[in-house]
Amino acid sequence: MSELLQQLGATFAWLSLLQFGGTNAVVPEMHRQAVDVLHWMDAQTFVNLFALAQLAPGPNVMVVSLIGWHVAGFPGLLVATVAMTGPPCLLAFGMSRVMRRAGRSRWLVIVKDGLVPLAIGMILASGWIMASTSGVSPMSLVITAAATAFVAFTEYNLLWALGAAIALGLGAHMAGVG
Amino acid sequence: MNVSRTELFLGFAKIGLLGFGGVAPWARHVIVGEKRWLSEREYASILGVGQVLPGPNTVNSAIIIGDHFQGTVGALSAVLGLLCTPIAVLIGIALIYDRIAGLPSVGAAIGAGAAAAAGLVIGTAIKMARRLKPNVTAVAVGLAAFASVGLLHVPMALAIAALGPVSIALVWRERRGK
Repeated sequence: MSELLQQLGATFAWLSLLQFGGTNAVVPEMHRQAVDVLHWMDAQTFVNLFALAQLAPGPNVMVVSLIGWHVAGFPGLLVATVAMTGPPCLLAFGMSRVMRRAGRSRWLVIVKDGLVPLAIGMILASGWIMASTSGVSPMSLVITAAATAFVAFTEYNLLWALGAAIALGLGAHMAGVG
Repeated sequence: MNVSRTELFLGFAKIGLLGFGGVAPWARHVIVGEKRWLSEREYASILGVGQVLPGPNTVNSAIIIGDHFQGTVGALSAVLGLLCTPIAVLIGIALIYDRIAGLPSVGAAIGAGAAAAAGLVIGTAIKMARRLKPNVTAVAVGLAAFASVGLLHVPMALAIAALGPVSIALVWRERRGK
């Protein structure tokens, strides 16, 4: 048991620092480690856990919580989650302190302003990828377009868009169209 | 603006709990739209920094925002709020998943919800871009970031490493004379 926990901790602590652009950047390597190298699970189980984490609310990084839980129960969940989020959190905290010390220095403002268009472009790209991988059908296109307009041009609660979409999906399913 | 530790914890817990299909839209909605902790520009620049560091974007931003308002304890409150509550929900879903996953109506609802979630992400990027009123250079950089990752499937880390310095240099050049 404790050997498994050590494996989980070491593997995710190392992967955590390779998460440039988010957790999805390391999913292929996570798959290789979990399935081929350490034999924690078979490929199908990995795919199922990944789908489950995508389906649930919360940051994508929570896929490692599920993996930890699957491998070693609640202690596994804790170790995997802390290992995967701890090192990046410490780095972000260090960065936060550097920025506070630098205050409104000119170079820091330039670097931050330079990164803003990248951040927004990346959000747009991840939405685009989500839309194109979630099974494109006429109805899903209409739902995606409507939700896009709802968010882009109003400041209403996002739950309205999600709720309406799910009601529409269920309605269409019952009517036999979806 | 003063935000207490409890408010940080609850605000980020809300972001995590509602972040179905990705937390980015909810983070902006709660932090900028609903609670007005930060301006659009302040939030976008924290997100930009969170993006270049390894680790999940929103987790990095939670650390920086928590530290900004309440120091070390604030950073912890924000990140624990963001992770703990959704992990509890995730375990709940994992426990009933095998029983409900095969139901066709559940599949229809999830499909429609996923399509809407993609729209929420795309709409959030469009709204942030509209409200920040970027100049032509920033729009070009943002679109280049979107195209390389969203359309050409360049790994995000590579796109950030290539476009980040270019974007920062462009901002620096624009402001050199001022």
